[in-house]
Amino acid sequence: MKLIIAIIKPDRLEAIKQELYAAEVNLITVSEVLGHGRQMGTTEVYRGVKEMGNLLRKVQILIGVNDNFVERTITAILKGGQTGEIGDGKIFVLPLEECIRIRTEEHGPEAIG
Amino acid sequence: MNTGDTAWVLMSTGLVMLMTPGLAFFYGGMVRRKNVLGILMQCFIILCVLSIQWVLFGYSLAFAPGKGFWGGFSWAGLCGVGLDVYKDYAPTIPHQAFMIFQAMFAVITPALIIGAFAERMKFSAFLLFTILWATFVYDPIAHWVWGVGGWLKDLGALDFAGGTVVHINAGMGALAAALLLGKRKGYQNKPIPPHNLPHVVLGTALLWFGWFGFNAGSALAANGLAVSAFVVTNTAAATAGLTWALIEWIHNGKPTIFGTATGVVAGLVAITPAAGFVGPLSAIVIGVFVSIFCYLMVALVKPALGYDDSLDAFGVHGIGGIWGALATGLFATKVINPDGANGLFFGNPRQLLVQAAAVAVTIVYSFVATLIIAKVVDWVVGLRVGEKDEIMGLDLTQHNENAYTLLE
Repeated sequence: MKLIIAIIKPDRLEAIKQELYAAEVNLITVSEVLGHGRQMGTTEVYRGVKEMGNLLRKVQILIGVNDNFVERTITAILKGGQTGEIGDGKIFVLPLEECIRIRTEEHGPEAIG
Repeated sequence: MNTGDTAWVLMSTGLVMLMTPGLAFFYGGMVRRKNVLGILMQCFIILCVLSIQWVLFGYSLAFAPGKGFWGGFSWAGLCGVGLDVYKDYAPTIPHQAFMIFQAMFAVITPALIIGAFAERMKFSAFLLFTILWATFVYDPIAHWVWGVGGWLKDLGALDFAGGTVVHINAGMGALAAALLLGKRKGYQNKPIPPHNLPHVVLGTALLWFGWFGFNAGSALAANGLAVSAFVVTNTAAATAGLTWALIEWIHNGKPTIFGTATGVVAGLVAITPAAGFVGPLSAIVIGVFVSIFCYLMVALVKPALGYDDSLDAFGVHGIGGIWGALATGLFATKVINPDGANGLFFGNPRQLLVQAAAVAVTIVYSFVATLIIAKVVDWVVGLRVGEKDEIMGLDLTQHNENAYTLLE
């Protein structure tokens, strides 16, 4: 089992969701985050005072998958999320030790899907 | 000169002024949160810019007497517009009271168009467009319908508070702007979820409140006619809000607050030309039908045709205004207003034709003139923001600000 974390541009979420559904990955958790990579942040001005380097809004996607689903999940995120511009984000893949479905107390690979 | 009348018109001026910030919240709640400040800014800067335009030459173009294309420049800089009565417009209040009351109408009309090009127009282009539109579309049409020597006025067209001048005019301008500008990036012919519905409701409440000044203030006196306009305004708004909720309940299974608020605004639009000419039961009929027509337009016709009138400026103000202007030709009665006329249902079919003529003229002129103005602005500065800026949102890219923080 793997935990896939993707940091993406907010406006790519819809396209990524559609790609994930097409790849039969239906369980995702999404949260709003702030951050910047090489792109650096934004400039904002409040009452004439400039603030540099403010963090950009990003969306974080969290997906737990069984090993045979890892590649297609990554492909779907790449397909939906890639614009070629700086700031498209990153995908992290982590080993996942355990997964428990709270309703049924199932453990492991059955609990994920 | 009558002090009571003057007090009421000044009070109404304040009420109508509040409608533009109200509209800002109404529209601001509907857009994605990366664009909310863009909407608020556009509404506020219109208040600033057109207040000045009106004093410098706008009022003169619209209201200086004359039979031409517009009123000309004889009252530019408010020259000759003083504190005495000018009896052709308002026989009991200072001329400047009438002028500043009308200023608020000139402000809100171009602000209504914002709904059509929301979330994608460059701020510089918007400013240029607004000044040109106010000067070459609003001022002439206001002159034709309300000005001394205006040819639609002489024809006998009834427009109590601006159904033609304000709502059809803004609605057609909105349609032209939406068509020329094209869809928002990623628009799939279905609504993008509003980012703050409580703001939409707050805006609607401010509009409803301000509209009492818009319509009842248009009596230009604290008298029975003002009361009549006030009563039908409230009645039509209430009926249209309820009707929209019921349509949704039947058609979609649940009534929504967004729909109810939209219905209320549609009702206010439709009663605007008719207030001061129709009775309360007619107002109920006007309110029921405006919600039916506008619902069909925004829920069925717009998605089918596929243009992106983002916040339904045409669907609500254009369609609601056209229905209101025609309904005035159906339901107007001299029992309410001896200076008005009877409509079709009160034995005068000619009034309906006159109303239809005024509607047709406004539709054609506003649509064509707006297309030309928008095209000119496009050549000069470019109408749309770049694709990257549109994705980032207008708040950051046009104004260097963020409406909401995520942390603290």
